[in-house]
Amino acid sequence: MWHRSASFILDKNQNDTVYPADSVTLTPPPPSSISTPQNPNPNLNRNMSMSAYYQTRAAHHGVVTSDWLAQSQEAATRAVVTGGQEIVDGGKSGRAFSVIDEFNNWRKQPDLAEAVAAIRALAAVIRNSEAKTMMELEIELKKASDSLKSWDTTSISLTAGCDLFMRYVTRTSALEYEDFNSARSRLIERAEKFGEISYKARKIIAMLSQDFIFDGCTILVHGFSRVVMEVLKMAAQNKKLFRVLCTEGRPDRSGLRLANELAKLDVPVKLLIDSAVAYTMDEVDMVFVGADGVVESGGIINMMGTYQIALVAHSMNKPVYVAAESYKFARLYPLDQKDMGPALRPIDFGVPIPSKVEVETSARDYTPPQYLTLLFTDLGVLTPSVVSDELIQLYL
Amino acid sequence: MDARRVSQVVPKVRQVGFVTHSDPNPPPQASRTQSVPIESNSGTPYDSPDFSPVMIPPPRHHSENLSHLRSAAVAVPESSSRRPMWDDRVAVVGSYNPGNSLLGQPVSPNSSEVNSEASTTLGWFGRNSSGKFSAGSSFPGGGFDLTTVKMENFTQLEGKKPEAVPGKGGGGGVEVNNRESSSNTLKAKTTKAERRETQEAQRAAKAAGKAQGNKPVAAAGGAGPSNILRQPSQNRDDPAVGSTIAGSDRRGGDRPPERERKKDVPPPRMQFDDQGRVNKSKKRAVFNQPEAKNRVELFRHLPQYEHGSQLTDLESKFLELDSMHPAVYKVGVQYLAGDVTGGNARCIAMLRAFQEVINDYSTPPGKTLVRDLTAKISSYVSFLIECRPLSMSMGNAIRFQKSRIAKLPLTLSETEAKAALCNDIDRFINEKIILADKVIVRHAATKVRDGDVLLTYGSSCVVEMILLYAHELGKQFRVVVVDSRPKHEGQALLRRLLAKGLSCTYTHINAVSYIMHEVTRVFLGASSVLSNGTTYSRVGTACVAMVAHAFRVPVLICCEAYKFHERVQLDSICSNELGDSNDIARVPGRPDVNSMDNRTNEKNLQFLNLMYDATPSEYVSMIITDYGMIPPTSVPVIVREYRREYLLI
Repeated sequence: MWHRSASFILDKNQNDTVYPADSVTLTPPPPSSISTPQNPNPNLNRNMSMSAYYQTRAAHHGVVTSDWLAQSQEAATRAVVTGGQEIVDGGKSGRAFSVIDEFNNWRKQPDLAEAVAAIRALAAVIRNSEAKTMMELEIELKKASDSLKSWDTTSISLTAGCDLFMRYVTRTSALEYEDFNSARSRLIERAEKFGEISYKARKIIAMLSQDFIFDGCTILVHGFSRVVMEVLKMAAQNKKLFRVLCTEGRPDRSGLRLANELAKLDVPVKLLIDSAVAYTMDEVDMVFVGADGVVESGGIINMMGTYQIALVAHSMNKPVYVAAESYKFARLYPLDQKDMGPALRPIDFGVPIPSKVEVETSARDYTPPQYLTLLFTDLGVLTPSVVSDELIQLYL
Repeated sequence: MDARRVSQVVPKVRQVGFVTHSDPNPPPQASRTQSVPIESNSGTPYDSPDFSPVMIPPPRHHSENLSHLRSAAVAVPESSSRRPMWDDRVAVVGSYNPGNSLLGQPVSPNSSEVNSEASTTLGWFGRNSSGKFSAGSSFPGGGFDLTTVKMENFTQLEGKKPEAVPGKGGGGGVEVNNRESSSNTLKAKTTKAERRETQEAQRAAKAAGKAQGNKPVAAAGGAGPSNILRQPSQNRDDPAVGSTIAGSDRRGGDRPPERERKKDVPPPRMQFDDQGRVNKSKKRAVFNQPEAKNRVELFRHLPQYEHGSQLTDLESKFLELDSMHPAVYKVGVQYLAGDVTGGNARCIAMLRAFQEVINDYSTPPGKTLVRDLTAKISSYVSFLIECRPLSMSMGNAIRFQKSRIAKLPLTLSETEAKAALCNDIDRFINEKIILADKVIVRHAATKVRDGDVLLTYGSSCVVEMILLYAHELGKQFRVVVVDSRPKHEGQALLRRLLAKGLSCTYTHINAVSYIMHEVTRVFLGASSVLSNGTTYSRVGTACVAMVAHAFRVPVLICCEAYKFHERVQLDSICSNELGDSNDIARVPGRPDVNSMDNRTNEKNLQFLNLMYDATPSEYVSMIITDYGMIPPTSVPVIVREYRREYLLI
């Protein structure tokens, strides 16, 4: 089973949710049980084997095997087909519609960012709501977004996406439109467009970062990130000559997938194990990473291992570039690694681990801003300190 | 990343977050600055190949060569790219354009013509260099005297045709380099009516001064703001002046009328090594303060007095000070005696005193409330400064107070006006201090976890509230109170914490490097936070923060946003307060170590009892303020975005 990573197992798990019969295994905790991100019950988390966010990531970015592809395709199609069925089945608490189900449906599409899925789900809430006034709608949306957020407290882009949309809703008052219905349809329209915005954001980021990739450079990439992929793809299309070093990205081995895709583009790729970063840093010209979330300090929260890569790069004076869409900016401010709610992910070591041995299963780490050089976002190329500026303008 | 702001051929619109681009009519969000989607009504900009919505930074190797071009370009096309916003009637607070604030009067919305002219940068430059607005183009290479002359030209032109806005950008550019010329411009530019008004204000102030006896009326210069501009000579080597003017520049975009802006500029701080000025101010002084004989060389610019005799002197003058309001007098004595300490307490005491002043105030015949009251408050403020130098937070509060008085509608009757002002003060205290503290406490409590060891230095009331609140929440943590001579403020804090049942460790700052390794968080208060992120706080704070930084312990500064100041300070020398040298010379109750006791006047011995120090921003992990938790780099953002709101409250 060694060559098959944990992600594969999880894919199966993931698949199970699609079948309504098995949905108990992954039925999320009911939204009423609010666990604050600051102080989650550690026991509960240990039982809940994995953070939902990383589950999706593993499903979307894990090693590409033929069965993986088949599964994802299946999932994508089934999401559409079984959509109606699931709504009937998943009608918890007597309601015909649940945000979380909707969100899960959207989430299964491999190319859809989590925030987009969240916003689409919220748009569905608007569509299904019977609210007659803006205030009512706002309250309803608030409830929905709270339940979404509490469903998966580990996902930053989910939280940020919900907050962003709520922010937009509160700023859109019905007064500006002639009646409530036009305001409502406007909100829905916005939400629908968001997918497009997120797609465009990636393009912009790719465009912006082209000036930083010069001929003959060596780029170190950690894990799989759609934005980084887009950046490298565009660089390859622009006939830039560069070399990519991919880390393996244990435990879901998402680096393998990136290497795979880059090889398809005829970019010279070298695969490293995660622990070979310092060894190869000498020949690296720049480090490119994505981000799960960009926090208020300007630091990033990303897949486990980013922090150490940034540290190594910083000590060898190599620039660390982060590619992240602006909807990943979150009003969080972790002071250190343990300051976030843990997002756990099982790790397959290939051999059974004795029960007395503890395993660090956290899936992400926090890289402080002083180790980052620049952030490429759809707002432009930013230094880390500008993130807070943008957040203040957005949320205050 | 100035590449983002510079060389914008295309008017760049920043769009934060939730924006679609194909929107025919962007929602008129009532928000500020760039988060508003101001989009030309064309289709999605990304689709067309040659139109990038976001600036692509120029290749790196070019940037060095182009640096001079760049600096020229900053001043000029920036304003053109912003102008469309004014047309949209959106409050522009973006302060990247220094030219806007000082020279720009509220731009009339007839600038559509300007837009068309300014649409291409090239044409823009051409216009500048060819014609009458040579001032703008002469700036990159030009000498100072040259620009000054040309500036006058320029202002005359300006006066004739006010729609010639483009020149302003250039003027602003000059202003950045050469402040004195800009102040000339400012003076020249005031219209007749405005000049008359300032004259009247001065006259009123003078009259009020006479009415009150020989009191220092405009000692602090608040009533006669034009004084500041008339005396550029006193500005020399005063870092405060430059920075404060620059600060008001930065506040930028919202462009209040010029007169008010001048009032906002605080007067230059008194430099106590300037003998002439010191003598002058002594004549005006309410009570005499004997100067210390052995002044510390490096700190001669700060007031250094013999301590001890002032209080009795002031008390003996009580009956002579008939123009002084008793409430203000009381607060002054409290400051002098050290009964009221701590930024918030001092600020609240002052504001409450002003409230009483306003309540008891009645406009003398032949005067207007706005002018007379402002003058009165200025005289009280100068009295308070004599008692103890103002903290920056108090400066902000006074500024608020004065702007409220100045903005009083003339239609209000006296009682209404007084009620409105008292109400404003109440709101300021409530919203900016009391509620702000509550918000800070909420935020900070999320950063306290079970098992933490929290270190605090001195005694900050916000930090105390945080500790008590976290304790009430049932979090299990330990507190290390670090204290220092001579004030031992930590002991009072320690007593209050112990009374609530917290487990504490008490140590002196000498042991901070020993105790730091077991600490997980450092919570510190601040007297004020400056716009480069420097924290100005009780002396010793910088040391604690530095040690914490070395041990990689996060340092959290808790500070209300009204204490933020747009000044920049790099060290704790140029602005500080000196305490009583006897305090450090003598240890009470220990005659065996008091060998220094009676040697304070020895010629080759100088005692330095600093009250404040400046903590550089790299030691600070986070600033907790009423606007949330922000990195120290975001202080200028808060100052920029909320200054206006804060003056309006």
